[in-house]
Amino acid sequence: MSVDTGAKLVGQSVMRKEDARLLTGETTWTDNIQLPGMLHLAVLRSPMAHARIDRLDASPALARPGVVAVFTGADMGGAGVPCVWPVTDDMVAPAFPALAIDEVRFAGDAVAVVVAQSRYQAADALEAIDVDYTPLPPVLDMEAALADGADLVHSDKGTNKCFYWELNGGDYAAAKAKAEAAGGAVIHRRYVQQRLIPNAMEPRAVVCAPMAATGEITVWSATQIPHIVRLLLALTTGIPEHKIRVIAPDVGGGFGSKLDLYREEIIAAVVAGKLGRPVKWTESRSEGYVATIHGRDQIQDIEIAYAPDGTVLGLHVELLADMGAYLQIITPGIPLLGAFMYNSIYKFEALHFGTTGVFSTKTPTDAYRGAGRPEATFAIERIMDDLAAELALDPLVLRERNWIKHEEFPFTTIAGLEYDSGNYEAATARAKELFGYDDLRAEQQRRRASGDSVQLGIGVSTFTEMCGLAPSRILSALKYVAGGWETSTVRVLPTGKVEVVTGTSPHGQGHVTAWSQIAADALGIPFDDIQVIHGDTKMAPNGMDTYGSRSLVVGGIAVLNAAERVVEKARLIAAHQLECDPGDLDFEGGVFKVRGTPGAEKAIQAVAFEAFTAHDLPDGVEPTLVADSTVDPNVFSYPHGTHLCAVEVDTETGAVKIRSYVAVDDIGNVVNPAIVEGQVHGGIAQGIGQALFEEAVYDAEGNLVTGTMVDYLLPSAADLPDFVTERTVTPATTNALGVKGVGEAGTIASTPAVVNAVVDALRPAGVGNVAMPCSPQTVWRAIETAKRQGGAA
Amino acid sequence: MSTVHVSVKVDGMDYEADVEPRRLLVHFLRDDLGRTGTPIGCDTSNCGACTVLLDGRSVKSCSVLAVQADGAEVTTVQGLANGTWHPVQTAFHTEHGLQCGYCTPGMMLAAVDLLGENPDPSEQEIRSGLEGNLCRCTGYVNIVRAVQAAAANMRGAST
Repeated sequence: MSVDTGAKLVGQSVMRKEDARLLTGETTWTDNIQLPGMLHLAVLRSPMAHARIDRLDASPALARPGVVAVFTGADMGGAGVPCVWPVTDDMVAPAFPALAIDEVRFAGDAVAVVVAQSRYQAADALEAIDVDYTPLPPVLDMEAALADGADLVHSDKGTNKCFYWELNGGDYAAAKAKAEAAGGAVIHRRYVQQRLIPNAMEPRAVVCAPMAATGEITVWSATQIPHIVRLLLALTTGIPEHKIRVIAPDVGGGFGSKLDLYREEIIAAVVAGKLGRPVKWTESRSEGYVATIHGRDQIQDIEIAYAPDGTVLGLHVELLADMGAYLQIITPGIPLLGAFMYNSIYKFEALHFGTTGVFSTKTPTDAYRGAGRPEATFAIERIMDDLAAELALDPLVLRERNWIKHEEFPFTTIAGLEYDSGNYEAATARAKELFGYDDLRAEQQRRRASGDSVQLGIGVSTFTEMCGLAPSRILSALKYVAGGWETSTVRVLPTGKVEVVTGTSPHGQGHVTAWSQIAADALGIPFDDIQVIHGDTKMAPNGMDTYGSRSLVVGGIAVLNAAERVVEKARLIAAHQLECDPGDLDFEGGVFKVRGTPGAEKAIQAVAFEAFTAHDLPDGVEPTLVADSTVDPNVFSYPHGTHLCAVEVDTETGAVKIRSYVAVDDIGNVVNPAIVEGQVHGGIAQGIGQALFEEAVYDAEGNLVTGTMVDYLLPSAADLPDFVTERTVTPATTNALGVKGVGEAGTIASTPAVVNAVVDALRPAGVGNVAMPCSPQTVWRAIETAKRQGGAA
Repeated sequence: MSTVHVSVKVDGMDYEADVEPRRLLVHFLRDDLGRTGTPIGCDTSNCGACTVLLDGRSVKSCSVLAVQADGAEVTTVQGLANGTWHPVQTAFHTEHGLQCGYCTPGMMLAAVDLLGENPDPSEQEIRSGLEGNLCRCTGYVNIVRAVQAAAANMRGAST
């Protein structure tokens, strides 16, 4: 869409500034970086899920061509990955050393590192390292891991239980009794959130360049969180924080998988310091499958107590969450991020949520797009569908009976969050209309009646999520060790051009474009005159980075505030020079105009030059036209939406085909509709990936069977349909832009929509659940199992 | 290790080099020639991020040895524009067919090859034609739209 230059840019699909470099290959992916004298790292990884290291001799690798050095765990000076979210006071937090010491605890655990002159030489030399292992029992099943006498991942801890954390609202027992007294009942379900591999298209990479004379080090990393990496790297390596510069150059996707301090970042920094040479490590995709975090992997036991009319009174959830072998930076916090979302858009009287973190001999889990919220939404939306089936109600009718009505906002939920705004009726009505809901239901009835071997299923998912991570005081209450603020500096340079410095760290989200739109509107300065600076702790020294759909809701507001402060400073200077009261100035299109005096005006660019020369500033006004803002939100934001999915399920083969998919999201006001639509598209695709295709599978020995892209099925263009996406607009009332966040919405909504559709198609066949991913084999088996059970009844 | 002499034209420029026989074309392009516009997304030739044109046809440059490119002409994303952007580049921009941009070079070169074979592909033909190129950001919706837009543009230009 072309830009209407006379109008405000916020709200327009301005084409992205980011694209030109990306479309012509002028990119700076971390792996592109070549430095004089640079050496290459390759990491030796454990071939076993769990073993004692009896002997480790890395020295034979030194004889290989090009090898400069080898290092093992003892060389790392005690550095390791810290967990920054100790969710309970008694949480078990084992040390997570940069290289394993004495024991390996998952297939892929890092054992040693080779440093060589080329990446081929480094990889070649790994085979020369001598390791004797004594196998120890793998720990793969969460329930078995919690049983008395279970084999232990960390034998010194005496347990595989990492923590138990709970959230209670109201009295679940009372709500259940009330439901039963009214003639209602409870239904209980178990859902399994399979383990997923995030698969950002750019594999992780890190380059470290030390400067021996000053003790400084520059770290380029394919990370979402350069600021947090800098802080944690300082804490764990002992390199002083002010000597570390972390740069996130072009970063090719993250989805949470680059929201971490990783061992290889620590190893590279330590090795570069030891050798006084720049080093690079780039993971291969298969290496990343074991070395980069996995997502989900939870078992959800959920129960709802309902009155006969379908009013749900209480919700009871017990969750098992697989931590993997060690804790990455926020591993234990992921289920907590979901805890507040199980009650979703509904008005329940009571909630119990409890979660147990469990260690296993698998790759650590951590945030993957949505991080706890997709799991929560899946469980509540699946069980609401099951309840609707139980009561023979349309699933949307059941939902409406329970959801918060638009006139009831602001509404404090049973989980204790105050939702500021929403209109579930409007989003649902529009989704039904776009979907042709009633016609599809009629077709479904006809095909059921005719016994069509290909059945039509209609899946519903209504959802909300908490975005804008995060109010620092709430994070404190949840024992997260940092805050959730975001910061921006806006500078108008002497020539009237603008630098917007942001603490967010985009990796595909289009912040350069969106922040330029916000600043252009606020400053009245052309979009093309604005440069956005990010992802470098030297250039953008403060920030909390990008994750959790926080960037616009927190960081974008900081940009707006800083720009408005620039305007207020400029107003004082303009008033002084136009010899009027600041209050007598109107600011329109970048020009200060004396009200009632045509022609008495000064453009903000001219004010910027005056602020630079400082020849004629009012008393008390400092030179330069620059302002900062740091925003710590008081509350979360709550996007919501209704997604509808129609699938055709071949009951003879189990094949599932998505026939149509409609998403109506309400994310409040939007800055750039094209970017928003893109976020929704990609999110839906990832959620469909979980529903139909993706699963990280371990064998009985704890080897990752889906260890390459050949075995882990990522959806391609041929596997996915077109999506119909629209929006309703209920602005957030809690920030100046009225925005809510969109980065994870699609992923949260789509998984239950698709699985609900698959189950809906098969209910007449007696199928009440299908495990994810709903592959042809899984679907076919569910049908056959239902047939046998039906036959036996 | 023994080396083999290769002569390759990359994005219009001639290169001569002695390479190990096992050297992958993509590493040759990136590490030896400094043509880093072509990224690497996997090690099993599934993702297609490293797709380039070899004598005009799309190949995954992680699945071709540098020695196999001897005497050939390679076009990477950095050689796709010819003074002005290729219609596929323009369409990816106008249709918002990229987010992080990592799959984009390969996706565009696969699309160029596809449109060379089939100037007026249906949505399904585009989806099948790009099956070997994975994207994790866009859900492919805007990539399909971009290829449709580029196809329409190129057909318009050729008539």
